[in-house]
Amino acid sequence: MSLRSPLARVRHLGSAHDGTAHWWAQRLTALALVPLVLWFVISVISLIGSDYESFVDWAGSPVSGALLVLLIGATFWHAALGLQVVIEDYVHREGCKLASVLLVKGACLLLGAIAALSVLSLMV
Amino acid sequence: MSVQNRPLSPHLQIYRPQLTSVLSILHRMTGVAIAVGTLLLVYWLASASAGPEAFDHAQGFVGSPIGLILLFAWSVALFYHLCNGIRHLAWDAGLGFELPTVYRSGWAVLVGTAVLTLLAWIVGLVLY
Repeated sequence: MSLRSPLARVRHLGSAHDGTAHWWAQRLTALALVPLVLWFVISVISLIGSDYESFVDWAGSPVSGALLVLLIGATFWHAALGLQVVIEDYVHREGCKLASVLLVKGACLLLGAIAALSVLSLMV
Repeated sequence: MSVQNRPLSPHLQIYRPQLTSVLSILHRMTGVAIAVGTLLLVYWLASASAGPEAFDHAQGFVGSPIGLILLFAWSVALFYHLCNGIRHLAWDAGLGFELPTVYRSGWAVLVGTAVLTLLAWIVGLVLY
């Protein structure tokens, strides 16, 4: 019998092994997405019917470009966390679960990178 | 085996759907739907990066009947998830747990979703 407490328990990380980090990140990104999504929807509506030049002017400007990159980051972070929970709830085979979560996280990272780099390319 | 003889709680489809349970599963379903819908967002942004021709192609797809149906469905899911997400954040802050309040906020989410969706599309179509 070991007299040492497991490190995870000392750090209050619990059965999920990562404490409240996942839960907290999900809420913080949700909070950030409330204004970002409203801004995005209003912007997209005002861009309806605009041509390529005016779209590039909008997306390539410092403020909307920065907001777009933040929106992309928060969206795919929030999506990765949410989809992970859905998979963990419904996929019960350990290997299958791990593979699905990794696949979803990789896809979110890739899509987020493509979207963010596309916006950056409009800014230079 | 004794494990198999344990009493089970009634199966999910035994329960009458209630506003609370329906809104709860809808939050999850719309979340997944929005995540799938981000493919369209990525395509749209990447096409702008690729140049005017690719962007026109993407705009053409978004403006096509299939594109508009997808966009409409995506906007409904987005507004629902946004409204119900705010409801969840209130719960996380410890607010609104009384049963009458839960039902009131649930209906408010549905009304909010309808109003925001209609508002966005009416304004969008008028501008267009």
